[in-house]
Amino acid sequence: MAIKFETKPGIVAYLTAGDPDLATTRDIALAAIDNGADVIELGVPFSDPLADGPVIQRASERAVARGIRLTDVLGLMKELRAARPSAGLVLFSYLNPVVRMGMEKFCAAAAEAGADGVLLTDMIVEEAGEYLESMRAHKLAPIFLAAPTSPDARLKAIAANSQGFVYAISRVGITGTQQKVAGDASELVARLRQFTKLPIAVGFGISNAEHVKAVGEFADAAIIGSALVALIEKTPAEEAAAAVGQFVAGLRV
Amino acid sequence: MSAATVVNPVTGVAGRFGAYGGRYVPETLMAALEELEAAYAVADADPAFHAELDGLLHHYCGRPTPLYFAKRLSEQLGGAKIYLKREDLLHTGAHKINNALGQGLLARRMGKQRIIAETGAGQHGVATATVCALFGMDCVIYMGDEDMRRQELNVYRMRLLGAEVRGVSGGSATLKDAISEAMRDWVTNVRTSYYILGSALGAHPYPTMVRNFHRVIGKEARLQVLEQEGKLPAAIVACVGGGSNAIGAFYEFLPDANVQLIGVEAGGRGTALGEHAARFQKLGGGVPGVLQGTYSYVLQDDAGQISSTHSVSAGLDYASVGPEHAMLHDSGRATYVSCSDADALQATVTLARTEGILPALESAHAVAEAIRLAPTMAKTDVLMVNLSGRGDKDMGILARELNLKGALAHGD
Repeated sequence: MAIKFETKPGIVAYLTAGDPDLATTRDIALAAIDNGADVIELGVPFSDPLADGPVIQRASERAVARGIRLTDVLGLMKELRAARPSAGLVLFSYLNPVVRMGMEKFCAAAAEAGADGVLLTDMIVEEAGEYLESMRAHKLAPIFLAAPTSPDARLKAIAANSQGFVYAISRVGITGTQQKVAGDASELVARLRQFTKLPIAVGFGISNAEHVKAVGEFADAAIIGSALVALIEKTPAEEAAAAVGQFVAGLRV
Repeated sequence: MSAATVVNPVTGVAGRFGAYGGRYVPETLMAALEELEAAYAVADADPAFHAELDGLLHHYCGRPTPLYFAKRLSEQLGGAKIYLKREDLLHTGAHKINNALGQGLLARRMGKQRIIAETGAGQHGVATATVCALFGMDCVIYMGDEDMRRQELNVYRMRLLGAEVRGVSGGSATLKDAISEAMRDWVTNVRTSYYILGSALGAHPYPTMVRNFHRVIGKEARLQVLEQEGKLPAAIVACVGGGSNAIGAFYEFLPDANVQLIGVEAGGRGTALGEHAARFQKLGGGVPGVLQGTYSYVLQDDAGQISSTHSVSAGLDYASVGPEHAMLHDSGRATYVSCSDADALQATVTLARTEGILPALESAHAVAEAIRLAPTMAKTDVLMVNLSGRGDKDMGILARELNLKGALAHGD
């Protein structure tokens, strides 16, 4: 178990856990891994996902309505770890469900479930003291977001406090697909490179093989989120795993 | 200073009120928050900024607002002397313009031409649209569909003033969802837009900045009550949604330990989650958590999902509360009670018929608490109510809830 990108560019697949249901998310994640995803970001559905665009908002709303909780997502993570011992697994959450569980208890549970790392959308490095302490104690990789608007001093702190990989946001804005990979992305990755040897993964608006190829020219991995969630939204549950497997296999051509 | 903004000793981040506050936002916004914090610090230290703001508050908005002795109401209740701080008489009809004007001036200094804001009851949206019209700036207001329906008049006012009002259908389609959508806009247009947050909420520096723009309420009231009564009030009552009018009314009195500070939350129609917006009440389901950039009390379920809320007043209908109130709650310096929809409606009628003043439904929650409290106090005591807004915007709700149409039809 580790976060590593053996084939370049690496693929990180984001899934909203519990959309359409936990068993289907499990099958989808396994299909993504078996078709070339190096890392699965398992998203904890949240009632107020303010960094997300309409696609992930809708998925989150559906999963919350089904009563999916952080503990359910941890249970799913445990199943994925048992089924795919060498896959990279990251828990992706807004902060409040984690605060509600308790930071130390959460980190212990994430480690016990077999997570490699954690990404908290609304946690910035300056506020992360207790979080980083608990993460370190449980040998989990904290992954922070870096934005095109982050000045170099912030990128340096973000790089210094991240493990596993650094998540470079390709453009200002919320999650969602777009036509082209934003010009902001390569500049941000170049600025981040000054401060870290960690892999740099680019996300937000990456939705097809062409985007993945473009990202591969300047970064280590591409993160696919809304495109997968949208595919799952429009595919009947029993066909979703096969559809996602095929989609992920087609991302690296 | 018990309520000074402090730096988190663990992380070095400013904007803490005891354990509460801080900054919990997507990284994309951090540069903008740092820029805002720096620009605000410079403006706040600049006498020219304050001179322009004070001039507009006086000549354009009508400050100082009166501190009015509600004689008939006081006599009817037979207890403390009730004084009303008349923020309802301010231009645009509520305290919200104090902050919208301050932040509008700041945005202009920062060279931002596009303004975004959220609104619940519509008062902050109207205030922001007003300031944008005054300064010739572009204005986009996010408002929950449910709030657009129940505060329809304010939607028309904003549009008349030239603002674009964007409805928000997600979640409960109220204030919380409007804030999320405004933050999404800000994340996307952060390089060109200024977000005028309307309450003492959100990530640092907003809770401090918004409170400072409303401190004028308490500063004036302190002078006025000393002049009129020769002593400080025994208690100050204010409604608390996000808590901007309350913190503005309370702040100057924090060092005066004998002045009781009472915040009134929306008790809605019951104590179950989803039936109220009473974050501080035991049994209510409010515990410390993170919502929309700040650490404070949040109504949520045991898995950390944010609860829906209910109040007859759109401006109090919010799942969290300003972080400075969380600190004042924990320290005991302020106490927080709740008032039901029914009591707020009754208080509206009482104030209208004893004093000829129609309070906003939000402010009516504070009036209701004053009505409850005054008879328990000495006749020499002064009880001050921050009348944060006027009730014209609520006429549709009042007509329905109080059955005024039926009464009129029957020639009552």
